[in-house]
Amino acid sequence: MARALRAFLPARAVLFEEEDTRPYECDGLTAYRQLPMVVALPETEEQVQRVLITCSKLEVPVVPRGAGTGLSGGALPPGDGVLLSMAKFMRVLRVDPRARVAVVQPGVRNAVISEVAAPHGLYYAPDPSSQIACTIGGNVAENSGGVHCLKYGLTLHNVLRLRGLTIDGEPLEVGAEAPDAPGLDLLALAIGSEGMLFVVTEVAVKLLPKPQGARVIMASFDDVEKAGDAVAAVIATGIIPAGLEMMDRPATHAVEQFVAAGYDLDAAAILLCESDGTPAEVEHEIARMKAVLASAGAVRIAVSRDEAERLRFWSGRKAAFPAVGRISPDYYCMDGTIPRKRLGEVLNFIAEMERKYGLRCPNVFHAGDGNLHPLILFDANNEDELRRTEQFAGEVLEKCVAVGGTITGEHGVGVEKINQMCAQFGAAELELFHAVKRAFDPRGLLNPGKAVPTLAPCAEHGRMRVHRGALAHPELPRF
Amino acid sequence: MSLQHITERIRAAAERKLALRFRGGGSKDFYGNAPRGEVLDTRAYAGIAAYEPSELVLTARCGTPLSHVEGVLNERGQCLPFEPPHFGAATFGGCVAAGLSGPRRASAGALRDFVLGVKLIDGRGRVLQFGGQVMKNVAGYDISRLVAGSLGTLGLIAEASLKVLPRPAVELTLRLEMDEAGALEAMNRWAGEPLPISATAWHAGVLAVRLSGSDAAVSGAARRIGGAEVNYAWDAIREQSHPFFAGDGALWRLSVPSVTPALGLPGAQLIEWGGALRWIRGDAGNVRDIAKRAGGHATLFRAADKSAGAFAPLEPVLMRLHRSLKSAFDPAGILNPGRLYAEL
Ligand SMILES: Cc1cc2nc3c(=O)[nH]c(=O)nc-3n(C[C@H](O)[C@H](O)[C@H](O)COP(=O)(O)OP(=O)(O)OC[C@H]3O[C@@H](n4cnc5c(N)ncnc54)[C@H](O)[C@@H]3O)c2cc1C
Repeated sequence: MARALRAFLPARAVLFEEEDTRPYECDGLTAYRQLPMVVALPETEEQVQRVLITCSKLEVPVVPRGAGTGLSGGALPPGDGVLLSMAKFMRVLRVDPRARVAVVQPGVRNAVISEVAAPHGLYYAPDPSSQIACTIGGNVAENSGGVHCLKYGLTLHNVLRLRGLTIDGEPLEVGAEAPDAPGLDLLALAIGSEGMLFVVTEVAVKLLPKPQGARVIMASFDDVEKAGDAVAAVIATGIIPAGLEMMDRPATHAVEQFVAAGYDLDAAAILLCESDGTPAEVEHEIARMKAVLASAGAVRIAVSRDEAERLRFWSGRKAAFPAVGRISPDYYCMDGTIPRKRLGEVLNFIAEMERKYGLRCPNVFHAGDGNLHPLILFDANNEDELRRTEQFAGEVLEKCVAVGGTITGEHGVGVEKINQMCAQFGAAELELFHAVKRAFDPRGLLNPGKAVPTLAPCAEHGRMRVHRGALAHPELPRF
Repeated sequence: MSLQHITERIRAAAERKLALRFRGGGSKDFYGNAPRGEVLDTRAYAGIAAYEPSELVLTARCGTPLSHVEGVLNERGQCLPFEPPHFGAATFGGCVAAGLSGPRRASAGALRDFVLGVKLIDGRGRVLQFGGQVMKNVAGYDISRLVAGSLGTLGLIAEASLKVLPRPAVELTLRLEMDEAGALEAMNRWAGEPLPISATAWHAGVLAVRLSGSDAAVSGAARRIGGAEVNYAWDAIREQSHPFFAGDGALWRLSVPSVTPALGLPGAQLIEWGGALRWIRGDAGNVRDIAKRAGGHATLFRAADKSAGAFAPLEPVLMRLHRSLKSAFDPAGILNPGRLYAEL
């Protein structure tokens, strides 16, 4: 294989010695590791095409990879195939401030797009907390979100066009820089497809004008369920906050020790509720939101007085994962999404599971979107705790499905949640997913075995475990 | 009518390889290529299945009149943000299947951006459920958005869940006199500023700009943009009852990057979506090439003769994928055949 790739790739772009391939053995979900047979690092679209044609001819599996920050094992390498790193595709090809479009290569990091747009007063809205590291190609594959997606949408809503190559090396373009491309919406199908339909080689994104300013409210509640109801109350008044996040007391306590964000440690839960726009608009909206939160039972309300305080309030939320990582040897992060009105019920359920399994579980979540990230604390060296954690997580995800939600809001299925896919979908839906996959990749060579389980009984899988802070990318803030 | 009734019809048709044509209110019979096959009327499968304003989600069955859905939302101060055209007695399912968006498209997003989930009956008569009622969901391929705008070629959308939004508190329209080039320049300039522009329409030297949002945002933006405040019939743009749309001549819908300069085509023109949507009247000859060169496409929206094909032809690789997807959903090829493309 390496020899076949060397026919058109320079030596430095074909890695096969263990010391060179080791860094690619996992993504952000470090519980799964697999050394790839070969890592290919092409630099041009033509080289990617030749890698694909070569693999396709030899019937060798290919797994695309961006920055490897994925949290579901989507970029877990094939032991018998090629890991196709798109990391060298780092060029911003075009920024058109008048058209409010940026065209970039897939290896460009999320934050770089907003950086190159900033001089024009524009930015790229989806802001995953991994944004300084993760690539736009990975964002497209996962349909990644951020704290501002309640108001500004997910990756899906902000990507205009993709260029890519099928497993046979055939170029294709889906979507357009003009609205509503003709035919079936293959752009929507490709976004969130976890690198299983085609390899993305170019991405055109929409840029938005930067809001003039923003302020955030921190509201304290003496009861978690009340805080959940307050979220619904804000939305019911007709306001779509720029961000609406919630943390429970175990989470704020863990965070406060870590970053001193100034959270109310007496509160059972706090909400962070942001408004953006012109100064007059922000003042008006903040006043309305304060009133709603107060009548929903907030016991304390603080509003950021300046940009520094606003960032400080957010810093705690952003540091939630690493903070939790310091109070427990390991934690397991879930990503279920539920209807907002079931927040209280599901939180109570999680509390019940804490008692049932004898494990603690702080909660941080994108409350406005109903996207939960409960963090089960455990010690992986304790076999029994590990087993209980897995059962705990399984019950919570199934509860999410039972209340009308989903097993994953933004992290993807990958290899991690492939078991729970069986809880969410029936055989007919899974079969159709496979048929969609075959339409693009009839022999199943592109990122095989991910996201969609085979109909055979789902195999036993582990989950996102963080051992003694050994989660990849500990330097990044976590949502 | 029950779901079972529909699934049995589809199954029977698949067995006999009989073409079926899904039809709600028939308001979009004109849209796409000529429908053919036995009519399966969806109107009896109706009703709002779930609506909770604080969830920002509405779920309705396909036969529900679109006007009823909008009425129910309106009562609770909410709306379908993409402002779909009705063109008559439209149904909810037909609206999703047609995938058309109205004046708010450029600012709020397209219909597909608001689709959260569907219950779909495929060409084998199987009832399938994709997506759901939650805002974020990445489990499995995004089939719900794939079927939005598929004109019934992949299955019958029995039920759909859409994200809805609060109606803006304040709305006003400004009228400015501008030539085409000036209007295109202005619309693109404003779109790069944080202004609450929710619709634009330019025709015959007049640009209308609608602002929507909070009082503070709208009044500030009105001062920035200038012009005279007027009553403007946005409904007439959305429903194509504006005089520009009258008459029997062909109507082309050109979708182009908003910054595309004036096209210089002979027929009358109406521009929407900040410059990205250009309606052209008359036999526009090489309009498909012109749109393609600009990076967009042209749809033959209304015409007595659609032999040119309603939709811009696809690249061969995309057509091959369309055909494979079609046979994944509808192996017998009986669902709305030819409506989107002759090959499907
Ligand atoms: C600390 C931390 C915080 C995070 N916060 C968030 C958050 O707030 N919101 C959120 O949504 N996610 C978050 N994530 C998850 C992760 O960052 C995102 O899923 C991200 O989009 C992955 O990008 P990547 O470049 O690292 O992709 P990778 O992990 O390399 O790959 C992810 C998937 O994309 C595929 N892929 C990559 N490039 C291509 C390509 N060019 N063509 C086709 N397929 C491709 C891979 O095969 C794989 O399936 C976080 C992760 C970490 C570690």
